[in-house]
Amino acid sequence: MAQLRVPVSATDHVVGPPEAALILVEYGDYQCPFCGEANVVVKQLQSDLRSNLLFVFRNFPLAEVHPYALPAAGAAEAAGLQMHFWAMHNRLFERQQQLDPASLLSHARALRLNVDRFISDAQSPNVQRRIAGDMEGGARSGVNGTPTFFANGFRVDGGYGYENLVAALTGLRV
Amino acid sequence: MSLLPAGTKAPEFTLSLAPEQKISLADYRGRNTVLVFYPADWSPVCGDQLAVYNQLRPMFRDHGAQIVAISVDSVWCHAAFARDRKIHFPLLADFEPKGAVAKAYGAYRHQDGFAERALLVIDPAGTIRWSYLSPLGVNPGADGILDALESLKAKV
Repeated sequence: MAQLRVPVSATDHVVGPPEAALILVEYGDYQCPFCGEANVVVKQLQSDLRSNLLFVFRNFPLAEVHPYALPAAGAAEAAGLQMHFWAMHNRLFERQQQLDPASLLSHARALRLNVDRFISDAQSPNVQRRIAGDMEGGARSGVNGTPTFFANGFRVDGGYGYENLVAALTGLRV
Repeated sequence: MSLLPAGTKAPEFTLSLAPEQKISLADYRGRNTVLVFYPADWSPVCGDQLAVYNQLRPMFRDHGAQIVAISVDSVWCHAAFARDRKIHFPLLADFEPKGAVAKAYGAYRHQDGFAERALLVIDPAGTIRWSYLSPLGVNPGADGILDALESLKAKV
């Protein structure tokens, strides 16, 4: 069974208390339509499991098939450097038809980011290294497509449906 | 018949890469080879699996490895699939006699008429150093491949 090789750390984008009993890590791609669907499921899980859940998102842009995936990942990371990672993350997943360069800029403006800084950060070596690092860690952990979820450290096979993720996290059938 | 285990000499093969182009395992002598058997072009799980390997080519390259995938589909089918999915590594056609190479590696599903989902790492001398048979419906990812390549590097 594939296992998460890169433990959740302070450098991760997380929602939820660090001491949460249930940990869900997603490797995703902003241009992947399945990841867009999965984001809705994640929100439902967050709403139902509340402070019992720590959710972590890491990048796995399949840039060969999704030409906007890498710039979109850069945009989320750049927004993160201005403390708006999750706002950009959700915006991108809710507007997957608007991931071209002009749209990314308008997202940055809508979030009232410093746009000059956003542009330079999105393409900076630091951000690119972070994305590449996410991908490498994901590959070593057995990421096998997007999205790939790890529940409490183990890869979730069988899809990103609500019931499957709850069962993987809690061992309970809903 | 079960998948050839580590320590076995990798059976030689020559398969079509394109209508007028053939590739032999011997062409890869001197490098590590990641050999991927998969059931069929276009089936959703294979698509994901190969898309991930396609994206991870730089990591395989860093480990001195070339990746090659084999199914029973024809060269024309492979060409259309590779173009559609932008796959930049060889897809070889184990087409005639059907599945002969998959059979030689113990990676053929006689009941279905296509290859298993199987992964092998072959060293520069042509010896299988790792092999893994995945349940058909489970996409195996690259963790096992990368671990095998790492341990090969450690032994050099």
